[in-house]
Amino acid sequence: MIAHNSKSKNARYGMLVDIDRCTGCGACMIACAVENNVPPAAPTANERTGITPMRVVRYEHAGRTAFVPMMCQQCEEETPCVAVCPQNAVELDPATGIVGQIPQRCLGCRYCMAACPYHARYFNWADPAWPAGMEKALNPAVAPRMRGVVEKCNFCHGRWHEAKELAVANNETGPVAYTPACVEACPSRAITFGDLNDASSQVNELARQQGVFRLLDSIGTEPKVYYHSRRDWVQAAAGDSKEAQRG
Amino acid sequence: MASGTLTIVRSEAPADRELILRGLKRCSLSQFSLWVAPWAVLLVFGLYAAFLCLARGLNQTNMDNRFAFGLWIFLDLTVIALGAGAFFTGFLLYILRIRQLRAVVQSAVVIGLVCYSGAMCALAVDVGQPLRFWYTFWYPNVHSMLTEVTFCITCYLCVLMIEYIPQLLKNRKLRQSSGAMVFEFELHKVMVVFAGVGTFLSFFHQGSLGGLFGVLRGRPFAFRDGFAIWPSTFFLFVLSAAAVGPSFIALTTGLVEKIARKRLVTANVYDKLGAISGRLLVFYILLKSIDTLVWVNQTSPSHGFPAHRFYQWSPFGTWMLLAEIVPFGLVPALILLRPDLRAKRAWLMSAAALACLGVALNRFVLTIQTLAVPTLAFDQFLSYWPSWQEFATFGAVIAFGVLVYSFSFRYLSLFPQEREIESLEQDRQIESLESARGLRSPRSY
Repeated sequence: MIAHNSKSKNARYGMLVDIDRCTGCGACMIACAVENNVPPAAPTANERTGITPMRVVRYEHAGRTAFVPMMCQQCEEETPCVAVCPQNAVELDPATGIVGQIPQRCLGCRYCMAACPYHARYFNWADPAWPAGMEKALNPAVAPRMRGVVEKCNFCHGRWHEAKELAVANNETGPVAYTPACVEACPSRAITFGDLNDASSQVNELARQQGVFRLLDSIGTEPKVYYHSRRDWVQAAAGDSKEAQRG
Repeated sequence: MASGTLTIVRSEAPADRELILRGLKRCSLSQFSLWVAPWAVLLVFGLYAAFLCLARGLNQTNMDNRFAFGLWIFLDLTVIALGAGAFFTGFLLYILRIRQLRAVVQSAVVIGLVCYSGAMCALAVDVGQPLRFWYTFWYPNVHSMLTEVTFCITCYLCVLMIEYIPQLLKNRKLRQSSGAMVFEFELHKVMVVFAGVGTFLSFFHQGSLGGLFGVLRGRPFAFRDGFAIWPSTFFLFVLSAAAVGPSFIALTTGLVEKIARKRLVTANVYDKLGAISGRLLVFYILLKSIDTLVWVNQTSPSHGFPAHRFYQWSPFGTWMLLAEIVPFGLVPALILLRPDLRAKRAWLMSAAALACLGVALNRFVLTIQTLAVPTLAFDQFLSYWPSWQEFATFGAVIAFGVLVYSFSFRYLSLFPQEREIESLEQDRQIESLESARGLRSPRSY
């Protein structure tokens, strides 16, 4: 399931998040917002209407705390958001395994948000606005999204494009290696990213260790984001809600 | 005798009588204006709220990233289910040849038209980029239930508009044009085709609306197995809409009779609508119960979610499921199945209202409860209360519907039996007047 073919022409980018290492500092959230031109939250925005493609969730259980970085889980099978979008604004790229969102084609119906079991999709409830002068610091590789469309984590697709262009310029073929912003920013190296199809990649190796699990594995969407924890109560939380809350 | 009749006609002839069909009695223009005015105010207020949402964005609503669907989707689904009376009455009349329903088919078409056009207007405000509506036709994802819904609803709305045209052409002023009369006559000849097309489209989109939630693998509360590509909710939505459609037609006809203070259809029409609704409701409740048992024992546990856990989040307990099946399903069905109870207007109307509330509760459960129930351990059970802009926008949809129906009722002939019943009652009035003067003995009808 993890490594389909070590010589595949296509990549299957995936991630492993070590929950035991995450300190909940939020550096990944900041890095994600900066990299992907997420505007500062509108004055009226709250926790439920803000845009946080990378979101560190604080999970408390019987006096113990775990921090769980949550992002699009890049589902591979019967991808819930891809199947439901009425105008093909969500696509699963077979070359990378990344679930991409096309904001320019999005109607803003939010059906994909209702379909996502991980609540990893965000709607632009208001016009994006940056304080005067801050727009000069925007990342030119990523287009800001307009009001009324849905967005999500795409494993920093802008960085993938840059890496791909560089590879093409160097006459290199096949999957390219790159690092998303959250991985780069994490001070405790809790996030590992790479090609799951590459049997020699670090993410592939880590995904095989003990204590690795995926969120809501039972619903059969084959997410490409893996989590690791040695703590039983954290692993139990991966299944479903009530089970974990009962302990 | 003549003076008595003339007195009745002269005293009640409204100022806009030139627009009202001959033989139909309508209230005065000022009374009608008083009725229309509050709805017009609500419409304007709602349009202002809708304008705020369109101009400033959907941050005017209380929806959020978790409650991506809110009041509008819930009410849209309900209104479309209730508007199913239009297609189903057309199907029963034109395809199954149940002729009694000719008495209400025109009213049903207007109700269908206002329900569907109102829902489409609400959807136009609900989506983030309404100007991109055509993208669904240009870049359709054939695997999406929403594509099916969009295609079918758009086509069916066109069919309803075409079905409405002959009624519009029956207006007294328009009938003065011979071209309009010929057009109306020709349209009538092909109406059976439109009824058939409308039925096909309607069956599909009612089902697709149910399928919208049934296919959500990521929402085990709503996810259902089914037949071929369609989850069981597809078929349940078709059946529930067909079951409550006639109930809603009976309910609205009764309501119009109350407001207009006159009889519009004969008792056998109500009886027929009630009987059809009752039978379909029993069938629906049976299938719904089987579906629930399959979901509880098989579908949900196989996805790692024992079903009872979904009902542990107050206030959405098992009482909602039971309420949907018993008081809002089985009870109205049993009332509507009994001819003696159906014959009593209060029982019929109460049962029809319960059936309509039942379908609304079903749509509420699938839209709101599905989104409220957490899927992950890190989630919380969240609640949502719509903003005033959401209420007002939907208020505008209701007001739009009432206004279109009111004008249609006043200036068109929505109930073909009305004239007949009216002339019978007028004859009766005249006879009782004559009998009071000792000219002749009263006749019983």
